[in-house]
Amino acid sequence: MIIGTAKESYRADEALLTTQPQRVWMAIFLAALVALPFALNDYWLYLACLVAINVTAATGLNILTGFTGLVSLGHAAFMAVGAYTVAWAETRLGTPFFINLIAGGLVAAAFGILVGLPSLRVKGLYLAIATIAASFILHFCFIHFDGITGGATGINVPPLSIFGIELATYFRLYWVIMPITAVMVLGAANLFRTRIGRAFIAIRDRDISAEVLGIPLLRYKLMSFSIASFYAGMAGGLWAYFFRVVTPESFPLLTSIFLLAAIIVGGMGAIIGGIAGAIFMTLAPELLRFGMEWISPLVPNAGALLSPVRTVVFGALIVGFLIFEPQGLAEIIQRIRRYFRLWPFRT
Amino acid sequence: MSGDLLFFIEISLAGLGSGALLALTALAFVLIYKATRVVNLAVSEVLMLGGYLFFAFAAGLGLSAWVALPLSILGGGLLGGIVERGVIRPMLGENPISVFMVTVGLGSILVGMAELIWGAEPKSLPAFISTTPLFLGEAYVSRKIAVAFVVAGVTISVFLALFRFWRGGVALRATATDQAAAYSCGINVPGVFSVAWIVGCATAAGAGVLLGAIGGISTTMGVFGLSALVVVIVGGLDSILGALIGGLALGLIQSWASTYLGGEYTSVVTFGLLIVAMMIRPYGLFGTHEIERL
Repeated sequence: MIIGTAKESYRADEALLTTQPQRVWMAIFLAALVALPFALNDYWLYLACLVAINVTAATGLNILTGFTGLVSLGHAAFMAVGAYTVAWAETRLGTPFFINLIAGGLVAAAFGILVGLPSLRVKGLYLAIATIAASFILHFCFIHFDGITGGATGINVPPLSIFGIELATYFRLYWVIMPITAVMVLGAANLFRTRIGRAFIAIRDRDISAEVLGIPLLRYKLMSFSIASFYAGMAGGLWAYFFRVVTPESFPLLTSIFLLAAIIVGGMGAIIGGIAGAIFMTLAPELLRFGMEWISPLVPNAGALLSPVRTVVFGALIVGFLIFEPQGLAEIIQRIRRYFRLWPFRT
Repeated sequence: MSGDLLFFIEISLAGLGSGALLALTALAFVLIYKATRVVNLAVSEVLMLGGYLFFAFAAGLGLSAWVALPLSILGGGLLGGIVERGVIRPMLGENPISVFMVTVGLGSILVGMAELIWGAEPKSLPAFISTTPLFLGEAYVSRKIAVAFVVAGVTISVFLALFRFWRGGVALRATATDQAAAYSCGINVPGVFSVAWIVGCATAAGAGVLLGAIGGISTTMGVFGLSALVVVIVGGLDSILGALIGGLALGLIQSWASTYLGGEYTSVVTFGLLIVAMMIRPYGLFGTHEIERL
């Protein structure tokens, strides 16, 4: 039970984990992440890796949309840029894994700045539509610049190897993907303890007021775009190593909508929202699959119904969360925490 | 007349035909945006649903096309009314992005429902427009496209006249200009919202039937709505004239691009145009420039 906050410095006040229970739970969570690959079978490990990749991408989008208030429906295109960069560097240059990944992030960040340029002139919905337009144009480039991108067939990526050890199984990939995701999320959490992060939040709340307060809008908006695209590029790079093939159809508009849906369901403007949303939205279709298998004796051709039911549930989740729980899963988590704060004494 | 010029005229006419459909769909966006300030991306899916409803009434129940057409338009309007009352009304006044995402979610629900009911494979609508070609001078025009052009033209003219002379149209314009003032003049603003959604979705459903008659229906035909969205952004989100001119212009440009550059250039030209238009006039060619106040 917490009865007060006795903090003596701003540093303590801004710390990510302020209370003992938070530290304990974080330690348990990290231990669980370490123990996970030993407890899960191959299929669930595949899902765990996919969740981690989506968490990285969703956290990036959350920085842009949730914290800076710039809506992007072209985030998948940045993932694609990262994935193509990684695939190209891996097959043509043969540079080490980590350099490829960072390069993927940086190239995506450069594209993010380019796409973000209209953001000073247009905002809100218009910006969302401009990013859709940019993603369609990039998609066209992926198909037609076949000297670099391999055209419609894409690029096959050789298995990831570090120091001569080939990481082809999900068990081994997990040990690369999960730590990178953890570091990226930690970076995002720390970003909002700095001046840059606070500037982003000021821009979200009222951009004109933020400019009056001395925040150069263009620079910070572009910075937000580049950071978000860097996250997307890293996620795309991991994606390329994970699925081992990158084609123009790997990152459709639906992926952008999926990521936006993930942060809406999770909770915009909260780091935990991006994480919870990505986990939930990645696992929900799998739960549906189990549900469909379960009712398959009762309903004929349940397998064929799976894909449309997923589409309906995907839409219903977006609509339902926006109407009934606009703050998303983050708010639900907060509510549970509040409930247990005074726990055995008051419920 | 030389062959090249004739060919150019023919593809331009075809472009105008599809442009008229774009304008009709854009009209649905504009109607809904004008009244409720919601960019309804689900218009694309209502369009698709209109095509499928026509399919269900005409092919499934065996009704005559002239019964099925009004029924599918009514179905679209009914859906619009339900969505407005059930989902959009509680969301009004929220952040526009949230409302936009609600319509994206609704679109996903509609696509999934259509797949559940009718299956995912593309279908063709029973023919109700004769296929004998039409000649304007020497230029050949597909009759379906000509019919689509005439229907879209007549509908848009009717709407323009209604906005000018009908009380409901004036009420909608008043609501679009200033909601509070409209309220105090005794205009039933929530009623205007409902009417705008019903009429907008009905228009989209009608456009869907026409589009399905030309190119067949599939659950992915909602992509057409994205082109119409480009039209409204370029033309101005709250301008019917912008929807008309933008629609025809985009139809022409798409037709030229796909003939002279190749079909795969259509989307890149469309969206390139969008970005250029946005950089020059962010509020659209005929849209109202909104001044932001703190």
